[in-house]
Amino acid sequence: MKAAPFSYVRAASLADAFRLWSDAGPEAKLLAGGQSLLAALAFRLSEPSALIDISRVPELAGITQAGAAIRVGAGVTHAELGRHELVRRHVPLLADAVPLIAHAAIRNRGTVGGSLAFADPAAELPACCVALDAVVIARSAEAERRIPAARFFTGLYATALASQELIAAVEFPVARGGERSVILELARRSGDYAMAGVAARAKVSGSALADPRLIFFAVGDRPVAAQRAAAAVSGKQVTAETVVAAQAALDGELDPPADQHGSPQMKRHLARVLLGRALNRIAGIEEARAA
Amino acid sequence: MSTEVAVTLTVNGERVSRRVEARRHLIDFLRLDLGLMGSHTGCEHGICGACTVRIDGTIVRGCLVLAASLDGARVETIEGVSDAGEIRDLQDAFVARNAAQCGYCTPGMLLTAADLLQSNPRPTRAEIREHLAGNYCRCTGYHAIVDAVETVAQKRNAKA
Repeated sequence: MKAAPFSYVRAASLADAFRLWSDAGPEAKLLAGGQSLLAALAFRLSEPSALIDISRVPELAGITQAGAAIRVGAGVTHAELGRHELVRRHVPLLADAVPLIAHAAIRNRGTVGGSLAFADPAAELPACCVALDAVVIARSAEAERRIPAARFFTGLYATALASQELIAAVEFPVARGGERSVILELARRSGDYAMAGVAARAKVSGSALADPRLIFFAVGDRPVAAQRAAAAVSGKQVTAETVVAAQAALDGELDPPADQHGSPQMKRHLARVLLGRALNRIAGIEEARAA
Repeated sequence: MSTEVAVTLTVNGERVSRRVEARRHLIDFLRLDLGLMGSHTGCEHGICGACTVRIDGTIVRGCLVLAASLDGARVETIEGVSDAGEIRDLQDAFVARNAAQCGYCTPGMLLTAADLLQSNPRPTRAEIREHLAGNYCRCTGYHAIVDAVETVAQKRNAKA
């Protein structure tokens, strides 16, 4: 299908974007990479009066180190994120996540800010942001707000962004020594949205895990922190027994909705399998013992 | 702010200036406004890959890009890449392996395969499948397509 008619205007700067947005009113939408938005418009799931193109706003570009954080501009594409030296060195979970996001042609265009603002519960980057304790930098015409990722995703395709507020950047803490991370997902076809996935991070000494973060995606209306499963392995060696205990704890805390991929029971099963694999991978144990 | 937008861009090396409807995606612009029929309209929502073209040297889904947003961009389509002779070997291998059946996916497959071989000159079959995973062949002729790409990679490496 074709999108319904709309007006188009390109912003030259952040100030320009806010001015245009204010003039265009609440029926206007921002266009960044367009990889979700333009598909939604083609289905006429959304019929905005106007698109304000922010893809060339210089303040949203680039990846820089800011103290103990890596700052990723909202306009950075998935492809740029995955190959950037600062990301590969200091936030390896993100570099590992990128190949799981859609396909090369989409990664060349889709943006980090777009993915977070869209807040698809099956998407990789929202879960990574929560697992990494990232901070979303939100900007309005008047002010800047720093929103912890764990509070940013508020529901199905819903975020803490206010009306006429946009994501300017995301700050990711630099990985500390001894910290390991992994992202795993199960999808019917490579590049599809996951049926279930997990982004996990922990400090590892020997094969004991400290401060584990286990963030599941595609099993709820937003990234889901498996706190009981994390508590079950925190401070412990990863063994067959601790994995089973964590999986049992996970079963008690996940409440996945049925979707086109399958039943809640199936999603719980997939999440259990992924948890076993993720814990073993983080502890440096190969797949053999994973559930 | 307007539902019609003036753009000037380069398409296959030629400078093009047009007024386009804001909602016009790149493939409709190429096909309907410029008469370049090599880029195919498939699903029109970013799933099938039949509309794969290059913008500023990287492959994109043409149906997920607005022509209005492309002022100053450099667009390359299968016509331009064919005329340049850049993928002659891939095209020959697709013919030799019967990797184009109905042909609908072929332009997108060729541009995606060329993109892979540029970034990874020695891909495994698994890597070829992975890179082509976003391009659907509804004839399901994937095996022949992977064969063709693998053959070209081997031939290019033998020459290098």
